[in-house]
Amino acid sequence: MNTLINGIFKRDMALAFRQRSELAQPLMFLLMVITLFPLGIGPGPVTLQKIGPGVIWIAAILSSLLAMERLFRDDFWDGSLEQYMLSGQSVAAIAAVKVLVHWLVSFLPLALFSPLLALFLNLTVDMYIALMLTLLLGTPLLSLVGAIAVGLTVGLQRGGVLLALLLIPVFIPLLIFATSAVDSAALQLPYRAQLAIIGAMLMLAMASAPFAIAYALKVSQN
Amino acid sequence: MAGLAADNLTCIKRDRVLFTDLSFCLSPGQLIYLRGPNGAGKTSLLRILTGLSAPESGQLMLNEEPLDKVRDRFNQQLIYVGHKAGINGALTAMENLRFWCAQHSTDFNAQQAYEVLARLGLVGLEDVPVRMLSAGQQRRVALSRLWLKQAIYWILDEPFTALDTDGIELLETHMREHVANQGAIITTSHQPLSKHAGPFTELALEYRL
Repeated sequence: MNTLINGIFKRDMALAFRQRSELAQPLMFLLMVITLFPLGIGPGPVTLQKIGPGVIWIAAILSSLLAMERLFRDDFWDGSLEQYMLSGQSVAAIAAVKVLVHWLVSFLPLALFSPLLALFLNLTVDMYIALMLTLLLGTPLLSLVGAIAVGLTVGLQRGGVLLALLLIPVFIPLLIFATSAVDSAALQLPYRAQLAIIGAMLMLAMASAPFAIAYALKVSQN
Repeated sequence: MAGLAADNLTCIKRDRVLFTDLSFCLSPGQLIYLRGPNGAGKTSLLRILTGLSAPESGQLMLNEEPLDKVRDRFNQQLIYVGHKAGINGALTAMENLRFWCAQHSTDFNAQQAYEVLARLGLVGLEDVPVRMLSAGQQRRVALSRLWLKQAIYWILDEPFTALDTDGIELLETHMREHVANQGAIITTSHQPLSKHAGPFTELALEYRL
């Protein structure tokens, strides 16, 4: 446990702090996409409210694809990944910690910006709360599932396009349930069922993704 | 036989046979100098020995036990310095070493790390991001692990790349001392090992079409 905290968690946090500009890019992308929508569609409050949740979630998925690649890319190319694998620690545990740090630094800031986004897209308070909950449950799922695909494509030149092709279909159920939860909130309907489904998907991913990531990374090394 | 034994290893990469039925044993107190032209499979063999890649057939034994069963114990006794140095350019030399030691469950002593870096001629560069250093200095940071972790087996892939003559001599001397202390080393190099490295066994791979 100490090994993971001192060797991986603190390292990745230090690296994230050093490379903050690189981290800020996906976030800026997300903010810009969402800012463009009211300008492009027109400031009609009803329309914005209707498309708002979908826009925020699509932007989050697209920006996560941008952010995802850096998860193992540097470690693969500079050889750190080889050193992790020979460290005697379980690769699945290392991968889980790396995904956690990745989520903390690339998705948690999104939660800080989300009131601003809600304002842009004219979301009601109920919708905003539902959006926050879906983001909190759904973005770790993006990180975990995305990391499997990153592990598989990390050794490829121009793996980015392939990554998008692999991941976007997988994220569709999440998108459907997340936006449907916010839509229900807009109509003052309960949305616990949608949250529960996203939560269940997250649990499944938490239990199995680290092993899949470890296996994908091993395949990439071979 | 004690040590790391390779038993009938065969490696095939992209439909090209690199080597077949290769058997040898790396015992404590032995330095194996792996020689061969580019593309002969030296790196592939070293990666198979570390366990990063799997051989097409054949197996590895550590002290008469299949390596897969004692992988954790082997990793504790292994330092691998690969083609890729395994150091992050955005972190400083000290950070790289501290995190690496933590990952490998090795006690990290800052004082000792400063001394090792000083011995490797990196005084004053300990807290500079590694990508600002020259290629040879980066290589020295990677090699400083050989002074920090106590391990029997060293698997070194082209450790002399980018090192100047002083650096090569320093590393060869350290290798000789390690072998004298019952360490086991397998290394590749395109330049012949000098007398500083002490006695060694040669293992030659041929380039096959």
